[in-house]
Amino acid sequence: PVSLPSAVGQCGNQVGCRFWDLALREHAAVNKKGIYDESLSSFFRNVDTRSGGDGPDIYKGKICSLKARALLIDMEEGVVNEILQGPLRDVFDSKQLITDVSGSGNNWAVGHKLYGYQYRENIVEKLRKTAEHCDCLQCFFIIHSMGGGTGSGLGTFVLNLLEDEFPEVYRFVTSVYPSGEDDVITSPYNSVLAMKELNEHADCVLPIENESLFDIVNKIHQMIDSGKLGSTVKQNSLVTSSAGSTKTVQEKPFDAMNNIVANLLLNLTSSARFEGSLNMDLNEISMNLVPFPRLHYLVSSLTPLYTLADVNVPSRRLDQMFSDAFSRDHQLIQADPKHSLYLACALLVRGNVQVSDLRRNIERLKPSLHFVSWNQEGWKTGLCSVPPVGRSHSLLALANNTCVKPTFIELKDRFMKLYKKKAHLHHYLHIDGMEQSCFSEAISSLSDLIEEYNELDATKGGPRTDPSRLKIAV
Amino acid sequence: MSIVTVQLGQCGNQIGHEVFNAICSDVHGTHGLCSKKENESYHDACKERFFSEEESEVPVARAVLVDMEPKVISQTLSIAARSGYWKYDGRSHFCQKQGSGNNWANGYSVHGPRHKEVIMNLVQKEAEKCDRLGGFFTIMSMAGGTGSGLGAFVTQCLRDAFPTSFILNHVIWPYGTGEVIVQNYNSVLTLSHLYQSSDALLVHENDVIHKICAQLMKIKQISFRDVNQVIAHQLGSVFQPTYTAEGGLHYSRNPLGDLMETLVPHPEFKMLGLRNIPQMPENSLPYSTFSWPGLVKHLRQMLIANAKMEEGIDWQVRPPQLGSSIPSSHSTNKPLHFNTSIANLVILRGKDMHNVDLGSFRDPSLYTSWLNPQDAFNAWKTPRAFNKYEKSASLVSNSQFLLKPLDNVVGKAWNMFASKAYIHQYTKFGIEEEDFLDSFTALEQVISSYTIL
Repeated sequence: PVSLPSAVGQCGNQVGCRFWDLALREHAAVNKKGIYDESLSSFFRNVDTRSGGDGPDIYKGKICSLKARALLIDMEEGVVNEILQGPLRDVFDSKQLITDVSGSGNNWAVGHKLYGYQYRENIVEKLRKTAEHCDCLQCFFIIHSMGGGTGSGLGTFVLNLLEDEFPEVYRFVTSVYPSGEDDVITSPYNSVLAMKELNEHADCVLPIENESLFDIVNKIHQMIDSGKLGSTVKQNSLVTSSAGSTKTVQEKPFDAMNNIVANLLLNLTSSARFEGSLNMDLNEISMNLVPFPRLHYLVSSLTPLYTLADVNVPSRRLDQMFSDAFSRDHQLIQADPKHSLYLACALLVRGNVQVSDLRRNIERLKPSLHFVSWNQEGWKTGLCSVPPVGRSHSLLALANNTCVKPTFIELKDRFMKLYKKKAHLHHYLHIDGMEQSCFSEAISSLSDLIEEYNELDATKGGPRTDPSRLKIAV
Repeated sequence: MSIVTVQLGQCGNQIGHEVFNAICSDVHGTHGLCSKKENESYHDACKERFFSEEESEVPVARAVLVDMEPKVISQTLSIAARSGYWKYDGRSHFCQKQGSGNNWANGYSVHGPRHKEVIMNLVQKEAEKCDRLGGFFTIMSMAGGTGSGLGAFVTQCLRDAFPTSFILNHVIWPYGTGEVIVQNYNSVLTLSHLYQSSDALLVHENDVIHKICAQLMKIKQISFRDVNQVIAHQLGSVFQPTYTAEGGLHYSRNPLGDLMETLVPHPEFKMLGLRNIPQMPENSLPYSTFSWPGLVKHLRQMLIANAKMEEGIDWQVRPPQLGSSIPSSHSTNKPLHFNTSIANLVILRGKDMHNVDLGSFRDPSLYTSWLNPQDAFNAWKTPRAFNKYEKSASLVSNSQFLLKPLDNVVGKAWNMFASKAYIHQYTKFGIEEEDFLDSFTALEQVISSYTIL
């Protein structure tokens, strides 16, 4: 089944760029014969370019020219232009790009209302064209940040659009949330306005915090520099690495962090693309991890962060991988799931890991985790045979856990600080289509969401009384 | 008579493939330990049952492969063909691209009706290849979306299209601690629907087979393939040819019909459990010997103590004393942990099985009172050894074996249903709360019936 990522805004496109690069690397490592197959078709079309220009799609046989199934949207040209001049230029064509020059000024209203209105037809048309090439479109991915104007505003506009135009296709959103020290003053406004859209129109959201990505990058550097691992770490196994991909230039500062997010997306879709003894598709992730429609925010963690060069992996190290997935060091957002309530948890394992390894570790880790009373054994598991490049195995854990609540409460607090003083409001309200009610509705939506988590938290640790069963007349 | 196998979903297809492997490997093995004539009869009976002979040299499995995503079927077809011993009919499969998303409602209400015609056409084609159709064997898991939901729909279609054929559903019970979070919902919906159209449900529990792999087969890193191979072995031990009549001259031609006749006297009681002994790593086989009395004794105790495998059997459990003043229908007066049966079938494979004393299985105290003990027990035999085991014994039991697992699954599903968690995912595809309630009611009825045996 096919996934169609749309990168919106600067952050989204920088992550997107890393994603496409690593996706090519991953498929190149698996697909030695250069035959266009089912797994490649998840993300790439195979196009006949011999006839010049953009020829028809070729569904079988040798790979001719791979084109990413993607939409790149930015209201500034910088990032997208760089992509088009870089080694990935042949993977995209102009029909997949929507750019403008002036940017959104870190203003959600400019992104959502102004550019949304202006580019709606263009976006719909390009989406339709791209979707037409897909044999079976299962999922849209939106990659964006919440704190700015384009990714946040236009990104959530696109989300709305996807629901209207393609209601049957799943919508997964990877959102980078701003930190407290974010240098964009209006990021709380942008984020809360965007949150309302995510609440109402996304099937699943994977919140990411730069702070976590930064910590992971640092942790890896520390390990390498400290000489504890020294030269025994396989460079291309680093979850932050671009090694082996097309990049030949000096890595940019955010590349390591963006690679982590790119790896998240690759792992998320691995079981849909590659075979395994227990497949896990994206629609299964949505089905199992979203017990109530609005509670669809998933905490993700990736392990291992790197692999040592030795090939033998004793089961002890496998178990360490499972433990690490539940350690805060490996999460992509700052949160504390172990002290909060799990609604559901998914483990997507790649590589030479078998069902007994899964079972052993679930049994081992279960006692230290708090699961909601109606889902005491709520684990969704997947086994994909193909490991990530440079590694023998990997694990992606997705948790629907009330630990996201503090993140949302903080966001609400930061919003209220500005909103009470009406700071910068006029920048938003003077945009056509923006009214005060947009703000009050957005904060209300966020408050309701927080309240839903509160109600669940209230059940934690309480006495378990199972509901009485149906009585049958004998 | 031939059996047409319908493999549904990832689990169904992975297991189905191992079943045909096990059957083929058994038939081609040199460990039959019987006369050449016997071996040939066995071979012929097996072939008729499971394979059709086409222009190709290699026997073609009588099977229809169905899945809503392509990866598993594509793998299954190619691995089978590579074996060189057998293969699937290259046209006898149907798949889509989307999968069912672990959503029973998606499998049942969307994929089912949408693809009914294509799937039933494939089934019809396989059925027509049979000289005489003995019935259908469907393989599915209850935890996911395709095997469970589409499987339930297809079973209904089979019943409608072939009202007089036998349908046996092989159902895989998922691990207790989740493979799928909504597995209990999917299970409840599957079981309640199958109960209406199927003749019997033959169940394998992943947790049980996993234990067998760990403790008996001594496998260190257990994969699903290992689990599936044990399941395939156990199924083979039931469905490979046997003589069903004492002193019979021919291998039975109607295994499904015979099975239903012996084990399912009443439509309220369709849950069949399976035990097979001995089970051990292949390299231990040359060093082990077994006696029939020993095997029979173990199997009987496994029955009455509800032991899932031949280790850790509770030998303290005894059948209730008949003729006492305690009315046998009062369940609380039954000895603790005693497993009451409706009907049992023992299958013996290996030499010298002629004179094996099975009287202990005919003990009326094992059975509920409403069947004549003579009818409640049957034995099938063959001198031909199965799958490298010099002697092996299987038990297919319609008893309280599955009562506790069923009660557990219904309990967990009910617990989740009370909170309404995940229900929106089902209503999205047309399965409403009332449908859930109907399913719960149906299964509570089944639980109640088995409890008061």
